[in-house]
Amino acid sequence: MTSPRAPVRILVCVKQVIDPETPLSAFKVDPATKRVLAAPGVPPVVNGFDENAVEAALRLKDTVGAEVTVLSVGQGFIMDVMKKPLSMGADRLVLAQDPSFQDLDPFATAYILSLAVRKSGAFDLVLCGRQASDWDNAQVPLVLAELLGLPCVTVAQKLELAGKGLVVQRALPDGYEVVEAPLPALVSVSNELGEPRYPTLRGIMAAGKKTPVTWTAADLGVDLARLAPKLRVLDLFAPPREKQCEFVAGENEADAGRLLALKLREDKLI
Amino acid sequence: MTDMNAETVVLGDLADGRLSGATAELIALGRKLGGPVAVAFAGVGLESAASEALAAGADKAYLLNSPVLAELQTDALVAAFEQLCKHSSPAVVLVAKTPMGRDVGPRLATRLGVGLAQDCVDLRRDSSGTLIATRPVYGGNALAALAFSDARPSIVVVRGKVYPPLAPDPARKGEIVRFEPKLDPSAVKARTVQFVRREAAGVRLEDAAVVVSGGRGLGGPEPFGMLKELAGLLDGAVGASRAACDAGWIDHSYQVGLTGKTITPNVYITVGISGASQHMAGCSGAKNIVAINKDANANIFKEARYGVVGDWKKVLPSFIEAVRELVKS
Ligand SMILES: Cc1cc2nc3c(=O)[nH]c(=O)nc-3n(C[C@H](O)[C@H](O)[C@H](O)COP(=O)(O)OP(=O)(O)OC[C@H]3O[C@@H](n4cnc5c(N)ncnc54)[C@H](O)[C@@H]3O)c2cc1C
Ligand SMILES: Nc1ncnc2c1ncn2[C@@H]1O[C@H](COP(=O)(O)O)[C@@H](O)[C@H]1O
Repeated sequence: MTSPRAPVRILVCVKQVIDPETPLSAFKVDPATKRVLAAPGVPPVVNGFDENAVEAALRLKDTVGAEVTVLSVGQGFIMDVMKKPLSMGADRLVLAQDPSFQDLDPFATAYILSLAVRKSGAFDLVLCGRQASDWDNAQVPLVLAELLGLPCVTVAQKLELAGKGLVVQRALPDGYEVVEAPLPALVSVSNELGEPRYPTLRGIMAAGKKTPVTWTAADLGVDLARLAPKLRVLDLFAPPREKQCEFVAGENEADAGRLLALKLREDKLI
Repeated sequence: MTDMNAETVVLGDLADGRLSGATAELIALGRKLGGPVAVAFAGVGLESAASEALAAGADKAYLLNSPVLAELQTDALVAAFEQLCKHSSPAVVLVAKTPMGRDVGPRLATRLGVGLAQDCVDLRRDSSGTLIATRPVYGGNALAALAFSDARPSIVVVRGKVYPPLAPDPARKGEIVRFEPKLDPSAVKARTVQFVRREAAGVRLEDAAVVVSGGRGLGGPEPFGMLKELAGLLDGAVGASRAACDAGWIDHSYQVGLTGKTITPNVYITVGISGASQHMAGCSGAKNIVAINKDANANIFKEARYGVVGDWKKVLPSFIEAVRELVKS
């Protein structure tokens, strides 16, 4: 398949998040600031679904040719983390970084991203992850598409360029739907797309030599009044876990299986 | 302050031409909040769904009709609901956490310039009338309580199976209001052209009283055959963790969890699942969790009511045999 506008210009929105695999015992909320605290010694990661989005972009780069720019909004970026998409094969990293870019809600994040997208020039496709594994909002892609006036398809498990547009398989609870949209468009990508590729040694070396472009709130012309969250966080707390597990053991594991069935019958569960 | 008489509008959804269970749940939630509850349906031929909505507890049904809505494309729905909200200025808009609702909610909020809370599991007003939503964040490791401002409407996307629907009362009366949004066909930019269904045979995972789920600990696709056998004996359904689905051992339509299905079975049997918060997010409503896992420290045992610490290869066959004997008697 040849694209009418190869190389396709793709922007991938990527967020740095607290590692969602942090063991539960290390999960801490600071009640005063109402923030989740990163566990000591556990570095942040690129949001998992955003790696899927990078993978989707790189597959287009492999097949039809694409120029892939990674875009992130925040502060306190860890360069080793944020360079991972570059080492996977992305071409450019743009960090919208400012002390005011903290505790942003999805509307404010999407607003800043919309300014960064506009500033970065002409594009064909904006890719996002399905949701960020901190607040699990699944909201920024939709707000961003609205702000940019782009057609939007969420939860993609496959995307292809066809003619002047896109054909996207959108994952549904019981199957998928096929959605067509003209370019430019915004698509959020889900894990059903398949495993993101591992960075190669060559990729890591190349990424090491690249310097990210950084833009401040002033560079972007951000109206700081628009960053105020729309909802007030009254409370953030770890829910109590109250279950008491009854362990069933027997003479050996097979016996335990048998006794478990008897126990469930005794308690009228089967 | 919030006007307690202002309407709550539920964005209505049909399942096979009938009022969806998710919509009935939202009507029940709307009634709990107090004030009149209206359900907005878009499309054609909605009269019977409207009467079902009234029976399920709504006071009013808006029927949104336009040729542009015939295919229920998301772009058209967003534009139609936007016009309805501008016309009737509801206090609260309730949206179900469905593939459609999750897209429509944030887009509607952006157009109306108002706040939205995703994935809510509780909604109430405090003594001053402020609307407060509670929702899991960080995969369910934390809960956040969020206060809405007075901007209208407050848009709330609600997780399924949290509020039980009210018992239908066919004698309930209500008002049916027709509303014709002015829609431009060119507003539909993304277009669904095909649905491909992949539904498992037998009891639906979402409706099953017993669910048997397998995870990465199963080590491959074959053991799901044993889980299917067990589910069959108990008239249950099979589920899976994301790790098992991502590995390609079983289709993603079996996934239970934050980004999979929400289930509330009476008995939930997990085999080789560690109990990550994002998995538990889909099954925390299960009444009795049973875990088989070889790691005594696995998180699943903190959530389970019954547990066996052991290798499923040894535990499961004798468990299934004993269940087979018991269900016969
Ligand atoms: C944003 C986000 C959304 C997510 N959504 C979901 C979701 O919807 N659903 C979901 O499930 N996950 C989801 N996840 C992934 C989740 O965090 C976990 O990675 C996943 O649930 C782990 O699956 P698992 O328990 O099968 O695998 P593991 O965590 O690897 O656990 C395997 C378990 O099997 C046990 N085991 C191994 N061998 C044996 C044996 N022979 N006998 C008995 N036990 C054995 C091990 O002790 C271990 O506890 C999500 C993650 C993120 C970040
Ligand atoms: N601060 C950010 N910078 C760049 N992209 C972001 C940011 N926050 C969210 N996104 C993108 O939007 C997706 C959904 O995020 P959310 O709505 O927060 O769940 C993420 O997977 C990212 O692709």
